[in-house]
Amino acid sequence: MNKTIFYNFLVNKEKNEIKVERSFNAPIDLVWDAWTDPEIIDQWWAPKPWYSKTKCMNFEVGGRRLYAMCSPEGQEHWSIQDYIKISPKTNFKFISAFVDKDENINTKFASSEWNLIFSETNGVTTVRITIKHKSLADLEQNIIMGFKEGFTKTLNYLEKILTK
Amino acid sequence: MESRRDVFQAIADPTRRAIILLLTVGTMTPNALAEHFNSSRQAVSKHLQILTECEIVKQEQQGREIHYHLNSDKIKEIEKWLEQFRQLLAKRFDQLDTVLEQLKSKRK
Repeated sequence: MNKTIFYNFLVNKEKNEIKVERSFNAPIDLVWDAWTDPEIIDQWWAPKPWYSKTKCMNFEVGGRRLYAMCSPEGQEHWSIQDYIKISPKTNFKFISAFVDKDENINTKFASSEWNLIFSETNGVTTVRITIKHKSLADLEQNIIMGFKEGFTKTLNYLEKILTK
Repeated sequence: MESRRDVFQAIADPTRRAIILLLTVGTMTPNALAEHFNSSRQAVSKHLQILTECEIVKQEQQGREIHYHLNSDKIKEIEKWLEQFRQLLAKRFDQLDTVLEQLKSKRK
């Protein structure tokens, strides 16, 4: 039986925030693991045919995940997530930034702060994400970075599938 | 040629966002726009200049007056990027659904 899944995506241009809510038909333990275990994250984080490769991940406050989004042609875009708050199975927060493969932060592109809140009702887990940018310009720029640098193709492909 | 400013700089400033909002209603002269703000006519002109450089607004000479109107193509660009980000996350979550189903059957 399929429980109703919802997906909300709200942009608050005054607060430079994107709020995303998504429910998953799985208990909170599983959903939490899927977001915090690098082996599982790599299975879904990149939109196919791109894939995610986590080089290292230390899931604790002050720890870091270093990962790349890789294209089938071998293009790699490296990012870090620095964990600033973790309350197991409830909430975690990280700063996301673009880096080169030696972890030098790419200051040309803005960082963003992600706050994720997990809750479960009757076996359905809801994840509420707030993605905060220092300014609206930063928010827009991150969106450009995400797409101009390689995702556009993937998304065009996705659009094709969706409009079929 | 690369333009000196981009569309994102244009909307980073609250006054410029307010100008954009006013122009969604219709074309306006710099004087009419300036009446909506406490800042000087000169300051509003500067904002209009930036918005013009970013191609968010366009000027049009009507008789002796200059009228400003929105360049809707640029506005659509921003909306398009947001829509693409929304779709990227949607795709990610659909993949997560599949992974969760696999985990569920594995851990049973």
